[in-house]
Amino acid sequence: MTATTGTPMISMSGVDKHFGDLHVLRDINLEVDAGQVVVVLGPSGSGKSTLCRAINRLEPIDNGTIAIDGEELPAEGKALAALRADVGMVFQSFNLFAHKTILENVMLAPVKVRKANKADAEKKALALLERVGIANQKDKYPAQLSGGQQQRVAIARALAMDPKVMLFDEPTSALDPEMVNEVLDVMTGLAADGMTMVVITHEMGFARRAANRVLFMADGEIVEDASPETFFSAPNSDRAKDFLGKILTH
Amino acid sequence: MNVLFDNLSLYGNGFLGTIKLFLVAAVGSLILGTVLAGARVSPVPVLRSFGTLYVNTIRNTPLTLVLFFFAFAYPRLEIADVSFFWRACIGLILYTAAFVCEVVRSGVNTVPVGQAEASRALGFTFGQTMTEVVMPQAIRSVVPPLTNVQIALLKNTTIAAGFSVLEAGGIYANLSERGYNVFVGLLWVALGFLVLVLPLTLLQRNLDRRWSTAR
Repeated sequence: MTATTGTPMISMSGVDKHFGDLHVLRDINLEVDAGQVVVVLGPSGSGKSTLCRAINRLEPIDNGTIAIDGEELPAEGKALAALRADVGMVFQSFNLFAHKTILENVMLAPVKVRKANKADAEKKALALLERVGIANQKDKYPAQLSGGQQQRVAIARALAMDPKVMLFDEPTSALDPEMVNEVLDVMTGLAADGMTMVVITHEMGFARRAANRVLFMADGEIVEDASPETFFSAPNSDRAKDFLGKILTH
Repeated sequence: MNVLFDNLSLYGNGFLGTIKLFLVAAVGSLILGTVLAGARVSPVPVLRSFGTLYVNTIRNTPLTLVLFFFAFAYPRLEIADVSFFWRACIGLILYTAAFVCEVVRSGVNTVPVGQAEASRALGFTFGQTMTEVVMPQAIRSVVPPLTNVQIALLKNTTIAAGFSVLEAGGIYANLSERGYNVFVGLLWVALGFLVLVLPLTLLQRNLDRRWSTAR
């Protein structure tokens, strides 16, 4: 979580990605400084999820380079696994390990990847579950929890690795409306603590409240890169005006 | 009844042989089969091809041929002196592993992609993703067909009688030498197998119940 001065936490340059004929990422250049909270907005199919997944190479790229904290992403293998351990990721569909209890979900990676000892890992896991408000559910299995609770566990699981960066890929899109806020509250708390975050979301309230910076993507390109105030009050591009017009009138 | 009680030690030793063969081959085939399934879904092309080749060769070879190979051809290769019992185990393990592999692989396909993605995102290597996250869930979803394969293995141990490992399938030959009614003798052998399969069926039910609540 500590910021190394100078080098950006995430830097992408000249990143290209195709899915067959579809050009999903077009010459993406992006630098995210440590401690920054970047919200990525855009219509579906604009490439924002792919951008997020490319940052820890869950989605390999065709061209360009991506570096985390100054370290370029290596090819598949042990070095990549080590780098991914420093990048927390939260998925739309939670993806908690279905055969493990809540506590085991949070402890597993620290024990297996970081080789932490079990007692320490458990203590830390309990503290994290406390922080996201689900310590009392620690012995249940993921399927026994609500979506909002599962997503908060997923956040705790990512935090247990002491990541330098947290990536959120539409963390609230699969949730019932009344559960969205409990997850956003946890994320807002993280942002306030100085975590570097890249958040793909449709939650405009969260973007206004917690983001330092808003990226607007369309057709695989970053069309706007502005502060939330500027973006929501005076967007530059027609694409962004059109997008905001559609979502803000509802 | 006389057939059974007069030859109790023959039956005892026969079924003991069956149980020993089965236990060794069951553990061996589950391990080898799971490793092969891992190879078949791995990102390394060489491993994938090896797994496919193995399964398609062994699965299509009659078990009798596999066991005959270890009984008669293997000693001529003069690699290492291995007892009949262990050669029978190796044959059964190699054969059954091909079936275990395919069952486990179909289980792997039931595990949502997100499970593997989440573990990769946390920094697990491919091996850790398989052993910690994918395989435990895959095996839970294929307990019934896996039990089938193991029951088939239990019965396949009788073929080992073909090369003089004492097990239950060979009891009748001894009985006929001693002049007993072979038909009655075989009924007792059949009953013995029923009794041996029972714990497997109970184990399957128990695992199914325990693991279905965990999901």
